[in-house]
Amino acid sequence: MIRARGIEKRYGRKRVLNGIDLDVASGGFMLVTGSNGSGKTTLLRVVAGLAAPTRGTLEVDVDRARLGFLSHEPLVYRELSALENLELFGRLYRVHERRERIGMLLGRFGLWEARGERVSTYSRGMVQRLALCRALLHDPDLLVLDEPYSALDEQGAELLDRELDELVGRHTLVVSTHDPRRLARLATGRLALA
Amino acid sequence: MTYFADVATLTRKDLKVELRARDTLPAMLLFVLSTLVVFRFALPEGTSDDAAYGLLWVAIVFTALLGLARAWVPEQEHGVLDGLVLAPCDRSAIWLGKTLATLAFLVAAQVVALPAFVLFFAPLDLTALAGIALADVGICAVGSLMAAMAAAGRARELLLPLLVLPLAVPLVVGGVGAAISPDGERYLLLLALYDGVFAVLSWASFEYVVTE
Repeated sequence: MIRARGIEKRYGRKRVLNGIDLDVASGGFMLVTGSNGSGKTTLLRVVAGLAAPTRGTLEVDVDRARLGFLSHEPLVYRELSALENLELFGRLYRVHERRERIGMLLGRFGLWEARGERVSTYSRGMVQRLALCRALLHDPDLLVLDEPYSALDEQGAELLDRELDELVGRHTLVVSTHDPRRLARLATGRLALA
Repeated sequence: MTYFADVATLTRKDLKVELRARDTLPAMLLFVLSTLVVFRFALPEGTSDDAAYGLLWVAIVFTALLGLARAWVPEQEHGVLDGLVLAPCDRSAIWLGKTLATLAFLVAAQVVALPAFVLFFAPLDLTALAGIALADVGICAVGSLMAAMAAAGRARELLLPLLVLPLAVPLVVGGVGAAISPDGERYLLLLALYDGVFAVLSWASFEYVVTE
């Protein structure tokens, strides 16, 4: 599903990615690891189509309508509620049976009670849960998750573990993490960035 | 039809965010009214109406600039622009939605500001009002694109006026011309032409502004 050869990304004179090769088959789970500043986020942005590589070739066999992306930022409006945010993205992604899907995700991620409150009143962990709901809303074929466990408490992390367990095999995943031990059991491949 | 449904969804969202945050419209209203009051007392008695029309355009352009400077702030917080860019809708719908929302704020500010102008300075005839309406469309269309460009940079507040003001010169020329020239329709044509050309250019180039 993803095939990258010699990916290089520069911002001005600074080279963030240098000659990255990446192969992820359909249904695969690629774990991307590396220290701070190693280029994990940039690589995931390139894979998601948010940034174009400066050099190299990248083929991603999935339309952007079928791609789910979780970033360092939650990509939701602070002044809207969880329900309004998911309703907005549900419309843009043309999600069928939108209300049912939104209700199911909010319930699963423990946000149903707070669904009508503005995101600006949420804790960081709740915002991260909402960001996961947004990324999963349209049941994407390819999920690109950048540090999905950040800001989650133990309960939230266990919820995410269960979610990933269900997704593995049915969806293609590219996940960056500082804690590879947590996801090693699920990964079918690993890319360590220096 | 899906395209316009997306635009409507995005515009509604912008209006809802502004109704909740109340960041932009109150600032625009306060600015335009206080500017007109300052001009009212700064202009000496007996100043011609032509000078007043010129000052109206100073107030309009800078009020629009104030709205444009805030236009993409909700998308910058929490990185929402990336989320919108990844959505399968046509990316130009994001620009059009933002343009319509900014236009709604500018028109709302003018609903208060124009009667105040008439009260303080001079009457506005239909040609002058048509000039203002056409210039509003132009400045919001170009300004939304420039504001998106400026938002991507570090010095947003500095960059935005540098990008927008030179492009707003034809709008000011057209707007003032429509208000004071006996041949005002010619200036309306200029404004309509500007709107058409720059709206198409902004619509077509937005995608390249929001992707790295």
